[in-house]
Parts: sequence; C-alpha cells; structure tokens
Amino acid sequence: MTLVRIENLFHRYGARSVLERVNLEVEEGAFVAIVGASGCGKSTFLRLLLAQETPSEGTIAIDASPPAREPGPERGVVFQRYSVFPHLSVRANLIAAEEFSTGGLARFFGKRSREARARADRVLERIGLAALADAWPAQLSGGQQQRLAIAQALAARPRVLLLDEPFGALDPGTRLQMHAFLQEIRAEQPMTVFMVSHDLSEAFKLGDRVIVFDKVRHDPQYPDAYGATITYDLDARQARPHMETLDA
Amino acid sequence: MRWINRRPGRLLGAGLAAIPFLLALLAYVVASDIRRAENPRDRLLPAPAALVESAGRLATEPDRRSGRILLWDDTAASLTRLGMGVGLAASLGLGLGLLIGLLPLARSGLSPFVATLAMIPPLAILPILFLTFGLGETAKVALIVIGVTPVIVRDIAQRVAEIPEELIVKAQTLGASTRTLALRVAAPLALPRLIQSVRLNLGAAWLFLIAAEAIASTEGLGYRIFLVRRYLAMDVILPYVAWIALLAVLLDLGLRALSARAFPWAETPR
Repeated sequence: MTLVRIENLFHRYGARSVLERVNLEVEEGAFVAIVGASGCGKSTFLRLLLAQETPSEGTIAIDASPPAREPGPERGVVFQRYSVFPHLSVRANLIAAEEFSTGGLARFFGKRSREARARADRVLERIGLAALADAWPAQLSGGQQQRLAIAQALAARPRVLLLDEPFGALDPGTRLQMHAFLQEIRAEQPMTVFMVSHDLSEAFKLGDRVIVFDKVRHDPQYPDAYGATITYDLDARQARPHMETLDA
Repeated sequence: MRWINRRPGRLLGAGLAAIPFLLALLAYVVASDIRRAENPRDRLLPAPAALVESAGRLATEPDRRSGRILLWDDTAASLTRLGMGVGLAASLGLGLGLLIGLLPLARSGLSPFVATLAMIPPLAILPILFLTFGLGETAKVALIVIGVTPVIVRDIAQRVAEIPEELIVKAQTLGASTRTLALRVAAPLALPRLIQSVRLNLGAAWLFLIAAEAIASTEGLGYRIFLVRRYLAMDVILPYVAWIALLAVLLDLGLRALSARAFPWAETPR
C-alpha cells in the first residue's frame, strides 16, 4: 500500500530553484535512503517531508491525507544534532514523547506518571540506557544520544520516521553499532523510514530503496535556474551491482 | 610560557582577588590619616576605627525618636521594594520574552515597542511615576520594573530565538501545541538565562531604587544616605554603602547558587 505520495514537487528560494519535478511513491514499511552531493537539495527534501517548509508547487501526502502545513505527530524525526531535550533527563525525554501531545500542562501525574515511567524504563532497558535513566543528555556519548533520540521519536508512534544524517557526527565504530541498532528496532517494529545520508554504503546497507538527487539540467550562465530531481531510484536489496552506475 | 597560559592556583587566585580590596582600604586609611593630621575633627574621611564603631552603633542602637533600629528598618524597606520590582520585572520579562521569542506575530507587534521603551532613560520618567502613583511604594517599585523589564524581555526573547530549530521541530513532531512548547521546552530552556539576566540587572535595579528613595521616601537605605548627607555624616554614609555592596554581592551569590541547584543540566560541561 502506498503510504507517501509525492507529486510534481518544486521548491524555490526566491529565484533559486532547489528541487524540480520530484515524483515519488513509497510503500508502507519501506526504508528509503536519500543520497546526493552536498547542496543537491536532499536536506530541503527532508524539510518538505517534515512539513517544516511548504513546497513551492506540488504535494506531499501521507496516507492520502491533505498536505500538512506544519510538523506533526504523524512524522517523527531525528536530526544529526540537538535531537533530544537538554533540560530533560534521559527518562524524562522518553516520557515527554507521550506527554507533549496531551495538552493541558503536558505533564503526567500520579498513576499515569508511574505507568509512563515504567514504559520508559522498559524502552531504556531495550536500548541499553537503563543505567543512564537519570543522566542529562549532555552526559551521554553521541551514539547514546542518537539511540535516545530514535527511541524518543518512535515513542510518539509516527507514521513515517525521518532521519537527517542521524549518524553523521559519530565515529565509524559507533556508526556501525547504530546501523545494527536501527535494523534491530525495525525488525521488531516495522516502520516507514526516510533517511538522508552522505554515505553511500550506509544508504545501501540500511535502505530498501536508494534515491539519488542530482541536477539534470544546467544553465552555465545562471546555475540557480534549475533544481535537482530524482535521477536514480534503486532497489537496494539487490543493488550492489548498481554501485558502478553511481560511481560512473 | 605565554601570559595567556599562566593560571593562578587556589591560593594565588585568592591572594590576587584580595589585592585590590586591600589597596582600596590602604588608600582610604592613608587619605584619612592625611586629612586628620591637618584637622583632627575632619568629617569627610573618618578614621577606620570610628567607622567600625559607627557601623556597630547603626546596627544595634535604636533610634532615640522612634525606638527602632534604623539600619534594619531601612534594609527591610529597601529589600522589599527591590524584591517586588525585580520579581515583577523577571515575571514580565519571562512572559513577554517567551511571547516575542516564540511567536512571529507577537515579535512583529511587540519587538519595536519594547526596543523603543528600552531607549527611554527610566529616571526621566520618574516624575511621571510620582505624579501618577503618588509618593508611596508603587512609584518606586514601578521605576525598577520599568527600568529593568525591557532589558530582560529582550534578553529572554533572544535566548528563546536561539533555541535550535531542531528542538522546536522535534517538539512539534511529538505533538506539542504552542502552549506545550512554551511550557515544556522554551520556558525551561530560558530560565537559566532569566536568572543570569536578573543578576546582571541587579545593579541597575539598585540604582533605580536608591534614586527613587533619595527623591521621595521616609525610610530605606537610599533615603538614609541622602538624608544624612546634609550633616556631612560620612560615618553613616560609608557603612551604609558598604552594607549595600554586601547585600548586592550576597544576592548575586544567592542567585548563582540557585541557578546551579535548579538547572544542573545547564551547568554540565558539554
């Protein structure tokens, strides 16, 4: 079933064209990795998916609902940095994922608080942060912070999870651990994921589909005239041979 | 070793900190000695011993007319005004700062006004305050509020605007409404800055307090200083000034300790 449908998407900042003629349909449960050179618009594409910005033209629909005008709980996100709340303890960060949508004081008390705490502690146990439940995010390593951020995003039960170079700031060893972590989580809890990455091998390792953004039209007199579009849409589950295509 | 890389140890640090105080004290003692050598009854720079004795008298002996110890009455009156003024300014500053920092509509509507308000020298409107609120407590508290609030508002608004976009978006994807964002994300992140802002603005708050008390009051630290000035009573003025300085330093230390205690996450080195 098609979960995300993107039709004829254009995006411009003033006279500068960033994205053009982007069309994409994504099945529920797919893992889409988005790659491309720096400045090719892949981060802009993610911001549009997130509804942090509204496209100049075209639509992005999740579940055939009308296009969103602002970020909401159907979209979960993990950024490269600042992905958890620095003023909340590790446990409180997880509980916040449930509390924030409740309105009122957006805080649990009494029985609800105890139950949310128990749920948070089970998740922390699962992601290996149980011993750090009362620590501040600043006391965590980069990998631990990103694990918390992913768990926090998933605790709000989004329809799609958007990852903006989530492992870009991590050292190679930690990055491998995070790949394994993400694959395990996904095996337990099927979800639709978009991940922007500048690392091709990471994209092919994690993604079911790898889409490549690039400019197809160039105007040497006016480089900003044309934006990037999807130039390759590869099935990564059998795409190792395609690597040569990309390198070429 | 370069001078920029030389750091004092504990002992040397304390010693270096003490030097300017001791020098100031020494300068006073010498100046006082010189004047008193010419005129033993000099009132401008009394001997240190006389100052200490006078300070002791001020803190313990009741006033002959009212039977109350004036120093404590003055301190209570001044600290009440200061506390009310700064407390109100901090609450207003946090509220308006959050509004301006979070809501583009509020920023467009309020930011130029607050910026303009901040440009008006508060002392210039003190007469207006006395005329509208009378000579009572309200005018004095209002002067502190008017003088300090715009600075705090701008500081908090800037801090809120500096919150990484990522955190604001993240909160929205967790389903947070504007109110939830303000209550659970922006306000807690701005509170350490509020305390810092209050600390920095305490000096201005004292200035406005003393100015208001000097002009129209019947008690208060500023009132007393300006009252006894008529009798050239340096033996009262100097202990009062030292007492004000001590109070200000203690307030500052107290706020710093409060901040470290209440916001440990902001203290953790990153």
